[in-house]
Amino acid sequence: MNRRAFRGTVGRVIELRDLTKRYGRTAAVDRLTCTVRPGLVTGFLGPNGSGKSTTLRMILGLNKPTSGTATINGRPFRDHRRGLRHVGALLDAGDVHGGRSARLHLAALAAGNGIARARVDEVLHEVGLTDVAHRRIGGFSLGMRQRLGIAGALLGDPPVLLFDEPINGLDPEGVHWVRGLFRRLAAEGRTVLVSSHLMTEMANTAEQLIVLGRGRLLAAQSVTEFAARGTRPTVIVRSGDDAAFAAALTAAGATVHRDAGALAVTGLTATRIGELAMDHRILLHELTTRTASLEQAFMELTADSVEYLAGDPR
Amino acid sequence: MTTTTPMRPRFHHLLAAEWLKLRSLRSTPWALAISALAIVVANVNAAVADYTNFPSYPASQRADFLSSALFDAFTDIASQIMMLAIGSIGAIMIVSEFSTGLIRTTFAAVPHRHAVMAAKIVVLGAATTGYGLVVSSMSFAAVQAILAGRHADVAIGDPHALRVIAASTLFAPVCALVGLGVGSVVRHSASSIVGTVVVLMLLPVLFTTKNQWAAAFERSLPHSAWYHLSAEQLAGGMDGRVPATFAAAWTVYAVWAGCAATVAILAVNRRDV
Repeated sequence: MNRRAFRGTVGRVIELRDLTKRYGRTAAVDRLTCTVRPGLVTGFLGPNGSGKSTTLRMILGLNKPTSGTATINGRPFRDHRRGLRHVGALLDAGDVHGGRSARLHLAALAAGNGIARARVDEVLHEVGLTDVAHRRIGGFSLGMRQRLGIAGALLGDPPVLLFDEPINGLDPEGVHWVRGLFRRLAAEGRTVLVSSHLMTEMANTAEQLIVLGRGRLLAAQSVTEFAARGTRPTVIVRSGDDAAFAAALTAAGATVHRDAGALAVTGLTATRIGELAMDHRILLHELTTRTASLEQAFMELTADSVEYLAGDPR
Repeated sequence: MTTTTPMRPRFHHLLAAEWLKLRSLRSTPWALAISALAIVVANVNAAVADYTNFPSYPASQRADFLSSALFDAFTDIASQIMMLAIGSIGAIMIVSEFSTGLIRTTFAAVPHRHAVMAAKIVVLGAATTGYGLVVSSMSFAAVQAILAGRHADVAIGDPHALRVIAASTLFAPVCALVGLGVGSVVRHSASSIVGTVVVLMLLPVLFTTKNQWAAAFERSLPHSAWYHLSAEQLAGGMDGRVPATFAAAWTVYAVWAGCAATVAILAVNRRDV
């Protein structure tokens, strides 16, 4: 990735080295090693319970790693006496006191970091909460709390930003807005790490992906590379004689699944399948290549590491 | 987005933040106001009773009403209300952050946890000292005004009077810090308040003065120190308690406040939040 905004690269890198957190015998995070770079939005993906939140908390020094290190700019975050100008974070929209107004909540955070009060109104405006700033957070919807958390993360205008499941609870307009915000923050040269358990949320936002399953690193690559992995393209075939054609395809080395009046073929290209149909004088009604989606790649990659699975146990 | 100017970390920033947090919750000022009212009413009530019954008291007591006038200035019931209300407010100051999850936001914004807790201690200590001064002065003024009707009042300039006011004033921050210390360790709302009540109010009751060690322990509790400083010396030792000096009683205040503050700082430092 090449970006003009790659200024001051070294100072903004999040580095995890063998980061491990154990609760009794279970490892919530298991020897996680990866690097998050500035200038692009990095999606932090994994099923529920895969260790994303624990990792983010360890980056922020809220939880102590059992072993390994998490550093930003080569330093553990807890070495900083004040945090907001170094890292802005939205960990959980619920991490607020419902009895305080949005403005006073942010004002207290700003005060502790020596940030001017005027900045509070700026970030409130930026996230669209100006009109409700005087209202108590207890009455806020999840979407409004997410916006408040984002406002808190932006307070110190930090070079590194962490967002844990920020899209939950946002309305469609909010989702659109927040994606634009993340991209803009990254384009400004910041390091932006956004966690999610839904691949679809990340597909339109992130350029880089870190995928976690049961606390372990499953993948760390660009979205394009990630999409190319996993499932090989499947070709859907409808023909005049499925049974005969299936035999012919199998003989040619393909894997064929018969599925609702169609054949799902992997291992051969659509062109080759067309040629085989011609050779065997079989009439084709449909010949469609279905490429692997990001969602599929994610599902396949994490299939073995899903902590809570609905339905029958595999 | 404007760029914020980098600024050196200053402790007074944290004091400002904690002060803002303390006063921005509606419940805290209400709890302070209601408990202050209850304390003043309890003391006035005692004064009114003495005023009413004054003619029936023995002549010797009427002639030397100093100790009674000082007892009324800040009654034992008032001290119980203070332990309950201010101890709880101290506990809630930290527990409300743990129970809501706000503590993570706080520590992500200020990773220097010692400094956050130190700021809480200073702000809580100062606020409750101010509160203590207001309620003990108001009580003193109201009570003496009532007793003046029987010419049985104590002047504010009396050294005993000043000690009673000081002891009742400083009892507030001691209770608050004990609550903060318990809350920092326990982290759970209801259990913290129960814990604070046990430490402040139940221990003095549990340790009866039957044997020497229990008596010595009882002497080293905040409520005993307050009681001793308030009026016990004037009325004479009660129930054969071991004698103690004013200096020892002030030391009990200082040690409890210091230990509670230390516990609060250390308890949050290493644990995950």
